[in-house]
Amino acid sequence: MSSHSTILQSINPRQDPDLSTRARLSEVDASMRTPAVLFLVSAVLWLLAGSLFAAIASIKLHQPFFAGNIEALTFGRIRTAHLNAMIYGWGTNAIFAVAPWLMGRLCRTRIRHTAILLTAGVFYNIGVTIGIGGILMGDMIGVEWLEMPAYATPLVAISFALVGVWVIIAFRWRQSNHIYVSQWYLLAAFFWLPWLYTIVQIMLIFVPVHGVVQALTNWWFAHNILGLWLTPVALACAYYMIPKVLGRPIHSYYLSLVGFWSLAFFYNWAGMHHLIGGPLPAWVISAGTVASVMMVIPVLVTAINHHMTVVGFHREGWASPTIRFIVFGAVNYTMVSLLGSAMALRSVNESVHFTHFIIGHSHHGVYAFFTMIMFGSIYFMLPRLLGREWPSAVLIKIHWWATAVGVTAMVIVLSIGGWIQGAQMNALQDVEGALVPVYTWAQVVETQTLYLVGRTLTGLLITVGHVAFAINIFWMLSKTGGSDGTTKPTLLSKLANDAR
Amino acid sequence: MKSLPLIFLGIFFTLAFSWTGLVLTTYIQLGDLEPATEALTDAEGNRIAGVFYEDDARDQLVRGENVDNEAVFPRQWSGSAERGMRVYADLGCYYCHSQQVRRQGFGSDFERGWGNRQSVPRDYIFQERVMLGTMRTGPDLANVGTRYSVLWQHQHLYLPQSINEWSTMPPFSFLYEVQPVSATRGPSPDAITPLDSWGIPDGHEVIPTQRAKDLVSYLMSLDQNYELPEMKFSQ
Repeated sequence: MSSHSTILQSINPRQDPDLSTRARLSEVDASMRTPAVLFLVSAVLWLLAGSLFAAIASIKLHQPFFAGNIEALTFGRIRTAHLNAMIYGWGTNAIFAVAPWLMGRLCRTRIRHTAILLTAGVFYNIGVTIGIGGILMGDMIGVEWLEMPAYATPLVAISFALVGVWVIIAFRWRQSNHIYVSQWYLLAAFFWLPWLYTIVQIMLIFVPVHGVVQALTNWWFAHNILGLWLTPVALACAYYMIPKVLGRPIHSYYLSLVGFWSLAFFYNWAGMHHLIGGPLPAWVISAGTVASVMMVIPVLVTAINHHMTVVGFHREGWASPTIRFIVFGAVNYTMVSLLGSAMALRSVNESVHFTHFIIGHSHHGVYAFFTMIMFGSIYFMLPRLLGREWPSAVLIKIHWWATAVGVTAMVIVLSIGGWIQGAQMNALQDVEGALVPVYTWAQVVETQTLYLVGRTLTGLLITVGHVAFAINIFWMLSKTGGSDGTTKPTLLSKLANDAR
Repeated sequence: MKSLPLIFLGIFFTLAFSWTGLVLTTYIQLGDLEPATEALTDAEGNRIAGVFYEDDARDQLVRGENVDNEAVFPRQWSGSAERGMRVYADLGCYYCHSQQVRRQGFGSDFERGWGNRQSVPRDYIFQERVMLGTMRTGPDLANVGTRYSVLWQHQHLYLPQSINEWSTMPPFSFLYEVQPVSATRGPSPDAITPLDSWGIPDGHEVIPTQRAKDLVSYLMSLDQNYELPEMKFSQ
């Protein structure tokens, strides 16, 4: 009993009274330093690995003989390794670095017992490494977004829960009376992910349901890991960083409330739009289409809120690496979501389904929105954790231009290519009373080569940005000692009023 | 709303609601589907003529008894096809090939010869892994078993470009072994006929591994060329 109460006391940060807010924030920063750096280093290594996998997969789509006749590198495997490295390796590690720290700051509670967080982090990365190794070596499971074999996933699921606990503890013993919208998003995301992952592991991997319910459960999950994990965390970061860096409050508290609950309510029904035209009852597809269209509400509400906060502060925003990346992400959130709602309409879906348009759309969402916001958040967080500034503004600029231009070009190339692909696939003509395809399959395949080469080139440009980012991070980490004495943040352009 | 329990309830409810609404409800609706004969009989033993999926009654499951002494569909797979399904999954074939025929008038699935009726939930009831797919970098495979021979499948897997020079499909020659013809036993009965472009040296033969054979039996089992009570041809 006594040990029980000691543990409760030790995680209850209320026993440090009367510290000024700033000192408390530095304490939060200090308490998260080691785990955040561990997660961040893992995230960046996965980002580089994922970029390499992506390059091999992308080249193979137009050069099928590239990289030789090696089973582990065949397209189906290397493409899957890319997806898993980016979602579970890069994305989730980046969230684990940023989210507990952000929650701690908002709650004014330092994260205690970080050894457990560190352990969870180590086990998580072992789990993902085993999982991706298993995919490459031939134990891949035929469920999209859940390909990691069953001997890796329990480790991953437990780590999700172990990290989530610290976010929830920080919230439970928060010192601030006010609850900010970012806290809702973080709290929800860290509840949703372990549940979601455990449910689908049981329903699809350990006791698989048979028949098309499997496909339905698959897309319920795969869309939710975007909607209930990556999206809420990225929105929480945007809601925190934009007002923080610009020094002005968020436009409307009530709008952010509407945005949160409408997202929670509609997003997890939307995944069924991946099955339009498929062998499922029409009501399931209709429910997915309706929810996809209803997503317009949370998206517009969030867009208004973010935009109205930034408006008039463009010069300051342009100078700050954080704001540049985060505003880029926020704008793309609006675009990708509105496009997504349109793509869920049956008439549009008939053309874009089964084409590279969808691949473009998923990079638009996971990269141009989520990843860019995580980059921005890391640019904000790391100097505060280490007490030192980013060593090179040039590298940040390379990172910015390569990724922003690269992903924009990639989405445009894949959207155009995919639209043409869909149009050619579906085009029919009347020949002597019978409908026949206008284009042979060979013509459909050959037309795509141009766009697939475009994808490889834009992907390589993005990779240049990743390398610049990685160099900057490791350079920053390798500087020994505490503060480098700079008081000015690393800015990307001069401000008119340099006193700022 | 400032209390953790209240927020937690909201968070819990939204996820539980969609799981119940989508996953559980569909499971209740479709979970007990059984193989069926091409038509059904009513309580008096009369054949129910064509119970179609039509716009006004799309989601109705057909009620009735299977006709006595008629074949039921879908067919159960052989053990080799079951193993081949795992090969199909672990090579990631489903990232480029779908396995679903969309209804006539929605896309060009019929006109491309991918099937002569729409795929329905009953077609998939025996599948341990349902790989409907979301991409058509390559053609749909829901009925690929009706389109090609076993030899064609092996030759195409070994080097797709030797059959379609424009193909971007990766070669799967690592599923085959090239070995000298045994001097004592003569050519292997398993050997597949090589094509000239493979450059197989004289006195050698190409033998499919067990995985290649399983994969081809799986591909040959992909066949929805039968009618079901709820779905007739040309729909």
